[in-house]
Amino acid sequence: MSIPFYVSPEQVMQDKAEYARKGIGRGKSSITLEYRDGILLMAENPSSLSKIGEIYDRIAFAGVGKFSEFDQLRKVGVRYADVKGYAYSRDDVRARALANAYSQAMGDVFTRELKPLEVEVIVAEVGDPELAGHEHNTIYRIQFDGSISDHENFCVIGGLSDELGSFLQSRYQASMPLGEALQLGRAALERASNGRSSVPPQNLEVCLLEKARIGRKFRRLATDELNQLLAG
Amino acid sequence: MRFSGFGGTYEGSSFAELLEIDQPQMRIAWSQLLQQTGAAPIAAPHGTTVLAFKYADGVIVAGDRLATEGYRVASRDVQKVYATDGHSMIAIAGAAGPAIEMARLMRIELEHYEKIEGEALELDGKANKLSQMVRANLPAAMQGLVVVPLFAGYDLRRRQGRIWKFDVTGGRYEEADFDATGSGGLYAKEVLKQRHHSDASRAEALEIAVTALQNAADEDRGTGGIDTVRRIFPTVLTCSHAGIQSAVESEIESAYQRSVAPRANPRMEHRGAGA
Repeated sequence: MSIPFYVSPEQVMQDKAEYARKGIGRGKSSITLEYRDGILLMAENPSSLSKIGEIYDRIAFAGVGKFSEFDQLRKVGVRYADVKGYAYSRDDVRARALANAYSQAMGDVFTRELKPLEVEVIVAEVGDPELAGHEHNTIYRIQFDGSISDHENFCVIGGLSDELGSFLQSRYQASMPLGEALQLGRAALERASNGRSSVPPQNLEVCLLEKARIGRKFRRLATDELNQLLAG
Repeated sequence: MRFSGFGGTYEGSSFAELLEIDQPQMRIAWSQLLQQTGAAPIAAPHGTTVLAFKYADGVIVAGDRLATEGYRVASRDVQKVYATDGHSMIAIAGAAGPAIEMARLMRIELEHYEKIEGEALELDGKANKLSQMVRANLPAAMQGLVVVPLFAGYDLRRRQGRIWKFDVTGGRYEEADFDATGSGGLYAKEVLKQRHHSDASRAEALEIAVTALQNAADEDRGTGGIDTVRRIFPTVLTCSHAGIQSAVESEIESAYQRSVAPRANPRMEHRGAGA
């Protein structure tokens, strides 16, 4: 019979957290920020595998870390939202409920499973002036252990989130037009990209939740349009 | 990977299958319901004219607004033509309840697939998916709840408008130029056969669509005409490379004036004046 080792719960949690942080730290950051006409989500991503996705009419998702894990979270989010919208109404699908569900699920994996999720995700919802009680944007960040926080103005997840967060803090202005918000986001991502001075537009993944759109407010920017906006 | 709180075991990209496997209580089994209630084939509201044909920029789909229950009017302003996504449309004919539900499910299905997979289905794929939904409805169709939609859209790859019709078994038939279905479909088709041509402008296409619907409403008691008193107009959607555009009331009204005015009988005016 093998002798069972005793490891204190504190130690187990600490080891898991360290493991998860390491995994997330290796990846690139992702930025979500409010601009004049909605919410901008961007990430440095030269590959064709998306880190940002549409969940529902007013809700978008961004993930960093291990692709297979956050993409799985994105898909269960889409299923959750579509079933809820089918059972009730499209306006009943809300970011807060989804963010809570993510928090539960990720916290559960962290405590029960041997390997924690090496991901952080954002759930962003653009406000609708017509919908009482939901006029304002909301941005939720859910970490690998299920801890959840809501953010105003902007939120950074991934490797250098603290550093980029303070960079954005010093430069962020309310109600920026899209072009300015994009410049700021790119400047922040450039700081994170190991001393490389510029991130070319084709290496950026940029999506918007546009307040003015009818129905599905999520839109992915094509490289051409991104070029124009960054130049203008 | 499973996540607690989200439940479910389905991992594919179809919403209809997701409901069937993970949320069976939400899936409406019409046939089973009919059996359980022991009802004979029921007189669900039906009677309709919907049509689709190709024009210069793509494809146009139109439908009347009347729903009938036997000889009675069930509703004067139901919608029978829906956009299913940015480049495809469905027009429904048959039992109103299941038909509207099918249109709704189809729209969610296409959106769901696009979100899960990160890209939209090809137009052929969309038509095939609808064909499976129609086939799934076969048992209910045999009990009286028939749904036979028209499906049309702009094929971005082939750069052309395309039209499909379906039969109750889910059979899917692509139409070269035009089609119409519903109780007044035959009368609408007669007009389309005479007047339709593939290089018609959008305005001309609107006029042809309105004329065809008006002809059907004239001959078929199950099809509603244009109601200028209540201001109820047919639903008309056009789909081109740029996407779907819904014809506004004023456009339809002026198309109606152009198509009907030349046929007004001068004697009618005389009689009106004498009364």
